Amino acid sequence: MVDDTLLSIRGLKIEATSYPPGEPAREVTLVHGVDLTLKRGRVLGLIGESGAGKSTIGLSAMAYGRGGVRLTGGTIRLNGRDIRQAGPQDLRSLRGREVTYVAQSAAAAFNPAKRLMEQVIEASLAHGLMSRPEAEARAISLFRKLGLPNPDGFGNRYPHQVSGGQLQRAMTAMALCPRPDLVIFDEPTTALDVTTQIDVLAAIKEAIRDTHVAALYITHDLAVVAQVSDEIMVLRHGRMVEIGPTAQIIHDPQQDYTRALVSVRSLEHVEKPPAPPVLQVEGITARYRGTHFDVLKRVTVDLPPGQTLAVVGESGSGKSTLARVITGLLPPSAGRITFAGRVLSPDLKGRSRDDLREIQMIYQMADTAMNPRQTVGTLIGRPLEFYFGLRGAERDRRVQELLDEIEMGKGYAQRYPAELSGGQKQRVCIARALAAKPRLIICDEVTSALDPLVADGILKLLLNLQALEKVAYLFITHDLATVKAIADKIAVMYKGEVVRYGQKSDVLAPPFDNYTDLLLSSVPEMEIGWLEQVIAHRKMESAGN
Amino acid sequence: MHPILKLVVQRIALGLLLLLAVSAVIFLGVEALPGDTAQAILGQQATPEALANLREKLGLDRPPLERYFAWLGGVLTGDLGTALTNGADIAQSIGQRLGNTLFLASCAAVISVPLAIILGLIAARHAGKWQDKLISGLTLTTISLPEFVAAYFVIYLLTQVFPVFLPVASIYGGMTFWQKLNAVALPVIVLVLVVLAHMMRMTRAAILNVMQSAYIETAELKGLTPMQVIWRHAFPNAIAPVVSVVMLNMAYLVVGVVVVEVVFGYNALGQYLVDHVSKRDLPVVQAVGLVFAAVYIFLNILADVISIIANPRLRHPK
Repeated sequence: MVDDTLLSIRGLKIEATSYPPGEPAREVTLVHGVDLTLKRGRVLGLIGESGAGKSTIGLSAMAYGRGGVRLTGGTIRLNGRDIRQAGPQDLRSLRGREVTYVAQSAAAAFNPAKRLMEQVIEASLAHGLMSRPEAEARAISLFRKLGLPNPDGFGNRYPHQVSGGQLQRAMTAMALCPRPDLVIFDEPTTALDVTTQIDVLAAIKEAIRDTHVAALYITHDLAVVAQVSDEIMVLRHGRMVEIGPTAQIIHDPQQDYTRALVSVRSLEHVEKPPAPPVLQVEGITARYRGTHFDVLKRVTVDLPPGQTLAVVGESGSGKSTLARVITGLLPPSAGRITFAGRVLSPDLKGRSRDDLREIQMIYQMADTAMNPRQTVGTLIGRPLEFYFGLRGAERDRRVQELLDEIEMGKGYAQRYPAELSGGQKQRVCIARALAAKPRLIICDEVTSALDPLVADGILKLLLNLQALEKVAYLFITHDLATVKAIADKIAVMYKGEVVRYGQKSDVLAPPFDNYTDLLLSSVPEMEIGWLEQVIAHRKMESAGN
Repeated sequence: MHPILKLVVQRIALGLLLLLAVSAVIFLGVEALPGDTAQAILGQQATPEALANLREKLGLDRPPLERYFAWLGGVLTGDLGTALTNGADIAQSIGQRLGNTLFLASCAAVISVPLAIILGLIAARHAGKWQDKLISGLTLTTISLPEFVAAYFVIYLLTQVFPVFLPVASIYGGMTFWQKLNAVALPVIVLVLVVLAHMMRMTRAAILNVMQSAYIETAELKGLTPMQVIWRHAFPNAIAPVVSVVMLNMAYLVVGVVVVEVVFGYNALGQYLVDHVSKRDLPVVQAVGLVFAAVYIFLNILADVISIIANPRLRHPK
């Protein structure tokens, strides 16, 4: 019998030195004895939250430790030899030849100073696998296979001259060019818009099938990995939770943690009935200084008190610009904003302190929205001083009340942001917004940077707070699952215009306009074969037209 | 119009404007000195009548603005005036010495720039290891020595201990190129030692900065050798900061090397300027100041232009 095992990892232990703020450096173990086996031509999905060790394990297949990470125990057998013991020369000869890597952000992973072709064929030439004309011909055929526009001329372009989705495909071509045995895909579609993700995902899947390459597919999105993997391994805190064929993991998970991952997007929210609005946005048109096109075109939406309006769209659709206009950071060139019965000054400078207090914002990156040198108590206490003049013990009591509201107990007021987890940081930002007792909170992609389970927790918290404080949310997101979980009303934006708007039940019910249909059908579903169905459906439709 | 061409034309126009402003500042600076050229010629004991006569003869009685434009007009037509001390044509004197200055500076640049960059690449490749520490230590030592100390040390070493060169670097007409090279060898060695550290450290820092980028990881995961990674992927993205420091050092080699010129008796612009400052020969001071400013501005424009061209986003717009 021929042994068709390509990669066999046994008892892998990975450590790193951690430098917590204000404490001495210490050793931490990132991966505690993980085993995995991958046969030639098969695809194994590695799934888990951030910190689960999935990327670290993926890179260990190239014996590579990112940023001081050390592979300290176990064996990593690739093509029969233990690469953990290999010297630098051996490692160089396997990287880019036997194993290649596709990074999450292709935009950062391509050298901005070199043409794409030069980078795509570089590994093949450096390892002497083919001559330059051969390599270029292979790159062009891969560009064609991956559906890149003008495959013959594509390689002459520089990374900044092509779109994010195209770069991600070019990175896949770069990984496949040297005919490796194994490709590591590290969240290759996470940074893409949902409508772009589906095309890239289909292209990757087809390329894997046609080249018979084996793959480790790393992602935090179970619905995505279900489309491409033969097997799925669930990881948490550097340990394996369970492993099994894709169908079994999706339909019959054995562990509670996997069950939680599978059901993560099932949060349901009953929409509230229409009511007179607290916020009215009428005919807003806006452009940035020094540019010549409108980022927003005659946007009209409204929002009743204590309800949630979800603004959905891809990057560049104008969602965040709408938030800037409502807060007064970007005065519109036309239209007006009415809040609680009064017309707001278009410019921040013309607004009263009460106007400012009543509209608060929460951002996507909680990290950068907080001063790292202030404690949680200072951060939350600042709006209490600024808007209500609270001082001393009175302020501290209110800070503690707010911390209780966001379900963070005692002792957090003295901590610094760097000591908190991603979800806790976002909770502190929510408390800071609530401290002003606003009537409207603008939430700009507040759950996008969080792991699914943590994001679920934040959404539940926001809904509870809404019931308690009667605050309205303008919820900006690109994620339709989040919209379903929280919205009463929905506005779908595309290229600066609202293309569909109304109560949630109306917006999400057919008949759809073309764009909403595309958007809705592009959201990966936790169902094997979903990708093929959607692609086949689209091909049929475009053939019919 | 190609955006690069537009940026380059803008830079050059700005440079010319800057040069005009500098000419005004130089003129004002010389004007603000106590006494004037007539005083300088006749000395402290001159009678007021003699001073007035001479001022009229030299045109110094005219208002400053008029004299400034007369001087500027002369400069634009290549007439820098005549030296007070010996009546020689300033443009001619400068021309000959500028040639010597540029010869010395180019020789030093041709050696120091590639050497500094190579040392910087090696130091970045072995960052934190002994190679890095050795390179940093040696270059820091040479930059820390005052120039004249370095010069006398080199003279002692290469003329007394190992008598390879002559201690005097005088250049005159009729020398062959090879003879000239031989003559400037010692000052060139000293200048290389002086400018090496700055450029080397900038190269090292710029490379290490770029080495944090995600595309460096991509290159490493292709199985390239560390030197291939640095040369092909890091260096092309580190050019802009390196070029600006290189140009600052080039400017120094042209305008700031008077001490080395004096030590080796090398007849170039720096010595010419210092001589005439001590003799209060103001037209010469004014003219040399302007030439130095022009060199500085030109080299900085060159640095800007190279940085612009090195940026693929500007070279190949969407």
